[in-house]
Amino acid sequence: MESYKTYDYDVLVIGAGGAGLRAAIAAIEKGARVGVVTKSLLGKAHTVMAEGGMAAAMGNVRQEDNWKVHFRDTLKGGGMLNNWKMVQNYTKEAPDRVRELEQWGAVFDRTPDGRINQRNFGGHSYPRLAHVGDRTGLELIRTLQDHAVKVGINAHMETTIYRLLTDAGRVVGALGFNRQTGEFLVFRAKAVVLATGGLGRIYQITSNSWECTGDGFSLASMVGADLIDMEFIQFHPTGMVWPPSVMGILVTEGVRGEGGVLKNSEGKRFMFDNVPERYKGEFAETEEEAERWLQGDRNARRPPELLTRDVVARAIRKEVNEGRGSPHGGAFLDIASRRPADYIKKKLPSMYHQFMKLGNLDITKEPMEVGPTCHYVMGGVRVDPDTQATNVPGLFAAGEVAGGLHGANRLGGNSLSDLVVFGRRAGMAAAEYAAQQSGSYQVDEAQVRAYITEALQPFSNPQGENPFALMKELRTTMQKNAGIMREEGELKTQLEILESLKKRAWNTSVSGGRAYNPGWHTALDIRLMVEISQAVVLAALARKESRGGHARLDYPDPDPTFAKLNHIIRRSSDGTLSVVAEPLPEMPEELRKVAEAKDLKEISEKVGA
Amino acid sequence: MSTVTFKVFRGDQNGGELQDYTVEVQEGMVVLDVIHKIQAEQAPDLAVRWNCKAGKCGSCGAEVNGKPTLMCMTRLDTIDTSKPVTVRPMKTFPVIRDLATDVKWNYEANKKIKPFAPAPNTNWVMFQEDVDRVQEFRKCIECFLCQNTCHVLREHGEKTGFIGPRLLVRTASLEMHPLDVENRLDMLKNEGGIGYCNITKCCTEVCPEHIHITDNAIIPLKERVVDEYYDPVLRFFRRLFGSKKRPELSQAADD
Repeated sequence: MESYKTYDYDVLVIGAGGAGLRAAIAAIEKGARVGVVTKSLLGKAHTVMAEGGMAAAMGNVRQEDNWKVHFRDTLKGGGMLNNWKMVQNYTKEAPDRVRELEQWGAVFDRTPDGRINQRNFGGHSYPRLAHVGDRTGLELIRTLQDHAVKVGINAHMETTIYRLLTDAGRVVGALGFNRQTGEFLVFRAKAVVLATGGLGRIYQITSNSWECTGDGFSLASMVGADLIDMEFIQFHPTGMVWPPSVMGILVTEGVRGEGGVLKNSEGKRFMFDNVPERYKGEFAETEEEAERWLQGDRNARRPPELLTRDVVARAIRKEVNEGRGSPHGGAFLDIASRRPADYIKKKLPSMYHQFMKLGNLDITKEPMEVGPTCHYVMGGVRVDPDTQATNVPGLFAAGEVAGGLHGANRLGGNSLSDLVVFGRRAGMAAAEYAAQQSGSYQVDEAQVRAYITEALQPFSNPQGENPFALMKELRTTMQKNAGIMREEGELKTQLEILESLKKRAWNTSVSGGRAYNPGWHTALDIRLMVEISQAVVLAALARKESRGGHARLDYPDPDPTFAKLNHIIRRSSDGTLSVVAEPLPEMPEELRKVAEAKDLKEISEKVGA
Repeated sequence: MSTVTFKVFRGDQNGGELQDYTVEVQEGMVVLDVIHKIQAEQAPDLAVRWNCKAGKCGSCGAEVNGKPTLMCMTRLDTIDTSKPVTVRPMKTFPVIRDLATDVKWNYEANKKIKPFAPAPNTNWVMFQEDVDRVQEFRKCIECFLCQNTCHVLREHGEKTGFIGPRLLVRTASLEMHPLDVENRLDMLKNEGGIGYCNITKCCTEVCPEHIHITDNAIIPLKERVVDEYYDPVLRFFRRLFGSKKRPELSQAADD
């Protein structure tokens, strides 16, 4: 019989990106025995790819900024579907979390007076993103990695979790395997924190690394945790479109934050014609005004290239569809004519490097070609806004895998600070929960055996399908039928395709041994990916309106009915998923006034930063 | 569409051999794309470590035609594909399987470096010109190509008494942090083994982040170690006034 190793922890953290590492640090500081599982090596998680910065209303560049303005911007960008309590916790705590990183050794870019510098980004009313050039994610993850090592992190590198383990309705650990050896591992834990990141890999064109296969959503849903608002997927407006092999790789919003402009094939800055009603009056109306803004004129409004990502992505898609796209089906992003070469290389070094190496293009001389790429999921595992606890006892979630903070659309820069604010909260709450549990939790041996058998099944199924081919089919059909623009017919078609893929995912064949076998890993990934794809499509079908990251061709406008509803995606005991609409949590009147403030002065000057 | 032939190492710690794969390629493809294509179409168990495919995570280091490089950032049109292209794992680390190597030694050796330690009651004001150098070091993506290339680690296998260029860069990023007060010179001299480095700059040449490893990190650290331990005049004054972290500060105090 297959043997396995067992590890005992108070808190098991699954994922070692920003949220997972921050959760681990918080739980260790609370005295818990903590294990961290990561599919990759430490410091390689998808967080490392974040570029532009982390939003926090520190007021270092514009002292009018404060948490209330950040609160209002985040809700406005999120189509008001955000969980207001999460947004409040987040915007209030983000500045402390950034300062804490600095105290742990992060070296952010500086203001002239020696403080943490902050840059402009889409949807943020003031320069708000603490950053390090265009490699902020690397700085964040390295700082957390170093600090986690300092406090004594116990990391299981290159380890995949296959299933969560439950006992009497609560989570008591997880079953995984070491990718290097293929050996199975049982983690017994009083509490589990999911910090598994996003699901970009269910789409063909994505900025996400291979790890973002949506494991956490499926793992949680399979043990009965509710998901929320899974229809909201962010397609980042600027991914590389050429050459084909790099399609989807991210081009930071920082390019536009630093003054980059979008043009169509006619040389026109089309964003001026794409300002939605709710943002009217907040953006520059002429190129001349936008130019003054870039020169630092505080009376000028910001250029429309800095509208939220959902708006910009759809505008690019429209230009391309109407025949005004760039040669390879995108739009032109021009920083070369806006800033001197030295400035570009200093502020956007990895973009310069990336285009030079991969695209043979000098961005200090020529415009880039960019188009939308799947970047982020706003929805996720439904959590308590204070503790990040799910509805399943013992299970917590933080970071991209958790839903609620970003509503229908996430503002750029709001992810990195989300990771540290809620990673910390989840780690603390999980440690406290674990401390309250008596030692009587059980891991069900039979459950473990059954999971191991099914995980090894592709090795003894020679007639099964090639898992890579299946993966490709999933990704291309999701892109085609449930991508940036959706409509009922295609979504229904996709549901049928997923039904079939779901069966086929359990009939794959792999060759070779168990040590470091990508074919096997892919065969197991796909089982979880079809589950989460189904949740996305079901939620997308149910929302008959367009809002934020969910755009329907058949319902092109926001609908006031849906404006008041979150979608809960729930699994019944027979395993089927259903979508339940729930009214938004009631926002206190005082905060509603903040969220709906038309004039920033109302909220900027009343309270200090 | 044209075809290229790749000779890819297949094997594990017990040995292995180069195996030929012929692949159809498109404009703009990088070496990692070819490896993925082989995986998807011909050898599903071909082991390769990668994450971001955008040069940001440092996972896919290998030796392409003998040159240590990130596979995701090596375009086919920058190498000679008229002949078969050889892809081997990094030589300095034990092979797990195929192109994936066991790099955990780096994580262990890292623990020799004392963590960041700011002075109590630090006011956290730092100016850009004072952090430029540290930011250069913090660009490191831990691909370990410099470790792979360094003679001390690669040819001589000195992994107990030497931490290698990557970890010297990390030490430099801490030592040159304007607000750090820890002293790591003793570690550098002893278990860090900075004296082993004979500044051939091979590490700098392979760094995908273009960090001036030798000139900006290792040489200044060597100078600090020399000042601390081998300068007779400073040593005399140090006996009188006590040691400080920065040799230049002790000098100023002496003046």
